[in-house]
Amino acid sequence: MTGVKRTRRGVVVSFDEVEASLLRHLVGEVRDLLADGEPLPPSGGTGGVLSDAELSALTGLGTDPGDESPTAPSDPALARLLPDGYRDDAEAAGEFRRLTESSLRRDKVSAAERLLDALPLDGAGEVRLDPETTESWLSTINDVRLALGTRLEVTEEMAEPDPEDPDAPAYVVYLWLTELQGVLIEVADG
Amino acid sequence: MATGTEAGTATDTRPDTEQGTDVRAALPWVTLVWNDPINLMSYVTHVFQKLFGYDRAKATKLMLDVHRRGRAVVSTGSREQMEHDVARLHAYGLWATLQQQ
Repeated sequence: MTGVKRTRRGVVVSFDEVEASLLRHLVGEVRDLLADGEPLPPSGGTGGVLSDAELSALTGLGTDPGDESPTAPSDPALARLLPDGYRDDAEAAGEFRRLTESSLRRDKVSAAERLLDALPLDGAGEVRLDPETTESWLSTINDVRLALGTRLEVTEEMAEPDPEDPDAPAYVVYLWLTELQGVLIEVADG
Repeated sequence: MATGTEAGTATDTRPDTEQGTDVRAALPWVTLVWNDPINLMSYVTHVFQKLFGYDRAKATKLMLDVHRRGRAVVSTGSREQMEHDVARLHAYGLWATLQQQ
């Protein structure tokens, strides 16, 4: 099991070779999931002061009302990472998503890349985390758990996986991430 | 028959509209966090402390409300403030929404 300890200079996480490469793979997958199909940058990307979306919002002249009111992603894992901000108001949820989804994706992608950059390049090694980086790691590891847990349809009552279940290996990985996150929180909160 | 803009119509409907708006505007907005089977109890407590500055006792109580009752109000304020809180909770992976109380 990955070791996590608290030192005077922050939290130190030590990985063995398998764990480091597993975490690299999982975080890379979630990074790709979040970066894929990302809408254009909200402004500045095309040289104008306002993006098309912002101009449409100002003028109220969209090509298709559907375009101006994006809905939750159809992939359940991605939808869990980018949830609706309003529960019973589709119009407000669409507007909230239009305003916040691209920056939420961007922040999650950059947190994932920060973790990938910090992981030991080859094999085992230690990573020292300052308090801010610890928060960033917690949210990224949680994003991986949300994506994997949604795919596995985990429930609060779930215990050990049935070894015959084809999802058993993925569930073991999910439990490992859960343990890693639990220890990281415990050490971070002192 | 289309009659265009009749002054009478406009003045007749305005008071009702304004009254309705005033009542709605007086209600505060709330941020709700919903229970889900993935987020750890310790993580949810940690996030409430980090984002809202709640002490551990208050954060733990709110987390238990989410866990046992399925949801809890974690902050109250203007619509803009609640949208900001929901966005920050989404960044941490919590399942949050806002609504008018």
